[in-house]
Amino acid sequence: AAMSRKGVKLLVDSLTRSAKHFNKSEVECLVNLFDTLVARSSSQFAGAGFDRTVFRDTLHSAFGMTDDVVLDRVFSTFDRSNDGCITVVEWVEGLAVLLRGTLEEKMKYCFAVYDLNGDGYISREEMFQMLKNSLLIQPADEEPDEGVKDLVDLVLKKMASTYLLVPFLLQDYDHDGKLSFADFEKAVREEKLLLEAFGPCLPDIK
Amino acid sequence: FFSKASSSLEDVGESSSETEEDDQPVRRQEGGTDLSPEYWGIQKLAKYVKGGDPTATLIALCSMRDLNLSQEACQLAIKDTGCLEVLINLLDTEEIKCQTGSLKILKEISQNVLIRHAIADLGGLEIMVKILDSPDTDLKCLAAETIANVARFKRARKTVREHGGIKRLVELLESISVGLSCQAKDTETARCGALALWSCSKSTKNKKAIHKAGGIPLLARWLKCSYTNILIPVVGTLQECASEPSYRLAIRTEGMIEDLVKNLSSEHEELQMHCASAIFKCAEDEETRDLVRKHEGLQPLSVLLDNSENKQLLAAVTGAIWKCAISRENVLKFQEFKTIETLVTLLTDQPEEVLINVIGALGECCKEQENRGTIRRCGGIAPMVKLLSATNRALLVNVNKAVGGCAMEPENMAVIDSLDGVRLLWSLLKNPNPDVQASAAWALCPCVANAKNSGEMVRSFVGGLELIVNLLKSKDKEVLTSVCAAIANIAKDQENLAVMTDHGVVPLLSKLANTNNNELRRHLAEAIAHCCMWGSNRVAFGETKAVAPLARYLKAKDPLVHRATALALYQLSEDPNNCVIMHENGVVKLLLAMVGSTDDALQEAAAGCIANIRRLALATEKAKYG
Repeated sequence: AAMSRKGVKLLVDSLTRSAKHFNKSEVECLVNLFDTLVARSSSQFAGAGFDRTVFRDTLHSAFGMTDDVVLDRVFSTFDRSNDGCITVVEWVEGLAVLLRGTLEEKMKYCFAVYDLNGDGYISREEMFQMLKNSLLIQPADEEPDEGVKDLVDLVLKKMASTYLLVPFLLQDYDHDGKLSFADFEKAVREEKLLLEAFGPCLPDIK
Repeated sequence: FFSKASSSLEDVGESSSETEEDDQPVRRQEGGTDLSPEYWGIQKLAKYVKGGDPTATLIALCSMRDLNLSQEACQLAIKDTGCLEVLINLLDTEEIKCQTGSLKILKEISQNVLIRHAIADLGGLEIMVKILDSPDTDLKCLAAETIANVARFKRARKTVREHGGIKRLVELLESISVGLSCQAKDTETARCGALALWSCSKSTKNKKAIHKAGGIPLLARWLKCSYTNILIPVVGTLQECASEPSYRLAIRTEGMIEDLVKNLSSEHEELQMHCASAIFKCAEDEETRDLVRKHEGLQPLSVLLDNSENKQLLAAVTGAIWKCAISRENVLKFQEFKTIETLVTLLTDQPEEVLINVIGALGECCKEQENRGTIRRCGGIAPMVKLLSATNRALLVNVNKAVGGCAMEPENMAVIDSLDGVRLLWSLLKNPNPDVQASAAWALCPCVANAKNSGEMVRSFVGGLELIVNLLKSKDKEVLTSVCAAIANIAKDQENLAVMTDHGVVPLLSKLANTNNNELRRHLAEAIAHCCMWGSNRVAFGETKAVAPLARYLKAKDPLVHRATALALYQLSEDPNNCVIMHENGVVKLLLAMVGSTDDALQEAAAGCIANIRRLALATEKAKYG
């Protein structure tokens, strides 16, 4: 359903306020882009928004994001109403964080992406999922998953407060290690490089 | 295992102002053949850095930083596992996060001398220089800080320059604005740039390169800010470069002396030290010495002498005071601040680098009569004389000068003599170094002139006269000049002159006559003048062909040379043969011009000489024509 001119203006004003990081003309551009994407999408949502497929294609072509698992999760963080449809508000506010978020906003966003089942913790299994393709060269004499498991251990040692503090090389560990948001935040504040620890989910500055 | 560091002709011009680790460092042999636990830990992490995608690499790099990277075992493990190569390869990618992660580690471990040589061997420096072009500010800062660590040896500094590093580092100093509206990010970039430049500036060619790249006005601007963490590397760089005259000129003309003086009052001793060092080097130039005084820098320097705990600071401050004291007005100011008294207290229990400067300063202050007395009253003469037994060349040169300065006062001379000071000075004539010999001979002049029973004293030094006469065979101009001056004083005693004549002083002096050096000419002429007063020395000088060269001295532009020459010629003209030679060499005309001089001694000597020549000419006429 097309909006009236006044309606569009009100929308743009309200989004400029809520998204915080864009000025009015930028918001207008994003709204126009939204309309284009909706036109491309199926009419399933009666013009209120676009679906997962369009979203993934857009992010892929705009930001070069290729990882399916990550793209899925990004969609879920954008889709706050959890109805499989990205509305214009969800679109603009989501992009505000992606493109111009403060460190706090980005930390929350990344954590949400990595928390695959949305239970407020990044578990060992979830880490394994995200990192399982990160080892390009596997030593021949090792079980293929050993390397990834060790990598997950490294992360937990570095970031999880529930992890028992063990000397670096001992294999004795608590299988229940998982990462709360507080753990994640603390680790990222100390070392900014860990913001995208489990895979790129923010656009590159290039 | 290690490649030999190339030392070749190309390293000439890479001269550094400080000694450091230019040779390939040798690794300490560790006991046992087992690899350290750190080795296995690093190797495990290296696996992810080598074989993982950027995500895995980053996790591994971040974990690596949790290890104790300042521990040598860790640092060496990174090298031995081949991880160092991987870290450097990461720098060559376009992955900013991986480059950042890698540099954070390299920055830490490059504190180790073996690691930095390895980084240079693996081509790491070239890549780091390239990174200085990156748009990412944090990355640039890390690269600069790492370069600062690696560039602590000659070859590395050369590499940085050869790959355009100096220009890029200087660019880091450019900021939108310096001053109140300074952004935190700008100062961090400048700080890292300055640190790197400081390391690099230890090579002479780099000092020139920094200048060429326009670094000096930028350094001057940052010198005006008030952030200590930038000031220290900026002043460090300036003082390092101040060994170049072009820098000293710029420091003066760009108004930096004022800022250096201001920062002498900083709370940070390291900053104070670098400012004092810069002043030390720059005060070679008279205008700078005046500027230090005009900006009221002499008092803070004097006050800093009270901090005698920090020896490095003390050495820099005493050095600055020494050089500033070359100017008389500064000495007068120092007198107001009682600096001389404080300096005397520093003559004992101080490291050599401090002593050299303290004594140098006192030597300059001795030029003022009042200070000679002050030094004696403070009990400064005894420690000075004690230092005549030192072995350090620079120290001895300064001590000689100071003792000589003090010896201008008869009261001081008595103390020096009672402490056997003259004998110690005399034995320094045997020192193999010509600077020491010359300064000792200069100091002997006032000693011989002012000592009581000077003639006897000189005779009491066994072999002393032979020793000093033989120094006339030296090849060093300064030695010759000073020895002539000393001999002129010694020859005032008849007995000693006789002994010197026996040792062949006349032909040795004559041999030196053919010189264009006015300093030498002057003192040589004085020596000849005094040595004429014994036996047939006048005739001997004529026979050994000293007269004609002396005549040429009258054509010099130096009035002191004229006076000494006229005195010598007057003495020589008592012998008729010498008169003939003088006449043939046109002496009369030259001396006539000097008869009207305002210098009494010159006037008399010129007139006396002309009279002798005329008398002989008249007598010859008479004999000819009956």
